[in-house]
Amino acid sequence: MHKLLTDAPGKKMLLLGNEAIARGALEAGLSFATCYPGTPSSEIPEQFLHISQETDLYFEYSTNEKVALEVGAGAAACGLRTMVTMKHVGLNVAADPLMTLAYVGVKGGMVIVNADDPSLFSSQNEQDNRYYARLSGLPMLEPTTVQEMKDATVAAFDLSEELGLPVILRTTTRLNHIRGGVELGKLPPRKTKGTFKKDPFNLVTVPAVSRKLHQVLLEKYDRALEKSEQWPYNQLTGKGKWGIVANGVSVNYVRDAVVDLGIADKVTLLKLGFSWPLPKALMTRFLKQVDKVLVVEELEPIMENELKALAQENGITIPIKGKGVGGLSRLFEYDPGLVRKSVAEYFGIDYKAPAMVEMSDLPPLPGRPPNLCAGCPHRATFYAVKQVFGNEAVYPTDIGCYTLGVLPPISMADYLICMGSSVSSGCGFAEGTDQKTVSFIGDSTFFHSGITGLVNAVHNNHKFTLVILDNGTTAMTGHQPHPGVQANLMGLDRTRVSIENVVRGCGVQDVHVVKPFKIKKTIEALQAARDYDGLSVVISDEFCPLFAKATKQFKRGKVFTVNQEKCKNHRDCINKLACPAMFVEEEKVRIDENMCIGCSVCAQVCPENAIVPVK
Amino acid sequence: METKRLVFVGVGGQGNLLASRLLGEAALAAGIPVVVSEIHGMAQRGGIVESAVLMGNVTSPIVSGAEADVLIGFEPIETLRAMGKCSADSLVITNLSPLPPFTVSIGQGKYPKVEEALELIQKKVKKKVIALNGSALAAEAGNPLSLNMVMLGALIGSGAVPITPEDMKKTIAASTKKAFLESNIKAFDLGMAGAR
Repeated sequence: MHKLLTDAPGKKMLLLGNEAIARGALEAGLSFATCYPGTPSSEIPEQFLHISQETDLYFEYSTNEKVALEVGAGAAACGLRTMVTMKHVGLNVAADPLMTLAYVGVKGGMVIVNADDPSLFSSQNEQDNRYYARLSGLPMLEPTTVQEMKDATVAAFDLSEELGLPVILRTTTRLNHIRGGVELGKLPPRKTKGTFKKDPFNLVTVPAVSRKLHQVLLEKYDRALEKSEQWPYNQLTGKGKWGIVANGVSVNYVRDAVVDLGIADKVTLLKLGFSWPLPKALMTRFLKQVDKVLVVEELEPIMENELKALAQENGITIPIKGKGVGGLSRLFEYDPGLVRKSVAEYFGIDYKAPAMVEMSDLPPLPGRPPNLCAGCPHRATFYAVKQVFGNEAVYPTDIGCYTLGVLPPISMADYLICMGSSVSSGCGFAEGTDQKTVSFIGDSTFFHSGITGLVNAVHNNHKFTLVILDNGTTAMTGHQPHPGVQANLMGLDRTRVSIENVVRGCGVQDVHVVKPFKIKKTIEALQAARDYDGLSVVISDEFCPLFAKATKQFKRGKVFTVNQEKCKNHRDCINKLACPAMFVEEEKVRIDENMCIGCSVCAQVCPENAIVPVK
Repeated sequence: METKRLVFVGVGGQGNLLASRLLGEAALAAGIPVVVSEIHGMAQRGGIVESAVLMGNVTSPIVSGAEADVLIGFEPIETLRAMGKCSADSLVITNLSPLPPFTVSIGQGKYPKVEEALELIQKKVKKKVIALNGSALAAEAGNPLSLNMVMLGALIGSGAVPITPEDMKKTIAASTKKAFLESNIKAFDLGMAGAR
């Protein structure tokens, strides 16, 4: 049995933040969940996938976040309790349905989990999605601890049903990836089928309907505001004259700072866990009982600006500051030391930070960037493409493991803005320059948002080469399925959509499917694609070795070794491929036979044929 | 209880996240307030993996520079790289078996001598550095993948955290597959002995 199905109210379990959200959803009677995976949210749907195999919970990996939200909207319109999870940039993809779903509302409770990523641990930007609550008019909750991540999720479903609105639960990477003790609640039965009641003049957003629905949304805002005023996670603690306001994980840093600095009796802490609409009455009460205010919030000065506006409305003139105090920046995530120092500085407390050991005398340490795995088919494809297109071609890339191609020695990533951008920006490069353009996209990303760009390329006669790196899984985020996978390998009953058929169906005339470990044939196909006067697509088809191992598809070939007598130390193998199974010892290249999976690419690259199978 | 801030660093695949999670489980079982934090980014692809365990009267889930009570490094240069988490009062526990990154192979840097790295670490802190050949001990225990148990043993053996060896072993036993239980416990014991 999945551990999150433990039916033992009162029991304490050590849960990952993301597990706590999944558990909270189950305790709220979740019956329907969708997502597109994205770090740091991916572990939430991972729980749902396994739980759906044991119970009647419906769960799917949808093709992208927009689709996930729309699928969820349909289920919620039938009265089902629905959760849709995504990372912060995923909400950009889902922003179109989000804005109008706010008008239409929901029948069954719907919680949209949005995971922001301050410090960009695994993202292309660090946008602050608290703005989405303001943009859409949807209520937003921000938990602070693992326990609260569970409890706030349960409460979010009730709130959603009461207001008839989706509720956004906003987390940050730090919260998604902490573990803490969580006291379990009850697991209620699940309602798996609802009824859809036709109501076109409230559900079909033609202008006349939407004009009315916008008013309804504003009325719901007023009710949401009342809820926010009474929300248990909006808390005022302490009676001091120094006011501190914080949200999310920063609340913890402030609590610890106040204790560490010994100023608990001087401080009033306003914790805001219902971040839209903000509880104006509670905030005003707070402003009236303190002499000065420090706002501790990661990323944008949102609460800070709202407090300033509120102070103005109420004729309150106390100093209110946040960004710019100490280390409180709009950049990156905060940490306990930074917050402690900033609190001390703002309130004029004598504080000496602990002294870090001397770091200036460290020798230069070799970097340890992440690298494509030993036997990763992407490495072979990159190598072959470079043989054909050289260093001068423009290489738009996309989001996935293959983004690691940006690092030397591969160095084949020239442009990236978002999922799917390799294909569409490739259209722009193809027209904007006479340099050859080769775009890279992965299989999951192709389905997510590459197809529309491809249709555009066909229709507008853009001439470039698109390389689809099909490793049979969504590798980067932890091997989730997507429409092109052989789902049976994962024990799932899902229909496979063939990438090749999609590509041909879009109208691409020059299509090549290659096995990238066959270097010579791959190079020949790429040459043909290069010489084709038009749009060409090369599908490089080989399993991700990690996925192949996990699904027991992996057949280890003969591992390879360097015949040191033949080796003339050209080092093409290591300099051009940089496979992590290779290392240099006493000035000679060697292969770690435990890491080698026998892909044989290095053996095909060696000019002396010095890399040979181990006998 | 007194607050304890611990930082674990290592390389993807060394099992440092599991070690920190098990420590968290043991603390929870012992009724000690605990929060564990994981930074795993691209762990499976050879990157650096860091985790933190904070116990006692503390709610922040991460450890700032200079604020670690204990730094547990699973790889010598990763210990060195993470020394910024330490003050002179920190306890450092480090594995001495090197795992050179691939950047060294392609000539983008040199792997320092392990003895020199250890000397540098020792120079920076007042407490005696616990340095062990963790990978050899794991192999001696019968499972090269039990390095994390060796390191956990060294931590418990150091007495730096209020968790008894018995409680820690109970937690390890509860979350280890039968086939690995014996080697895991042996690795833990070898790590404990190595800390003395």
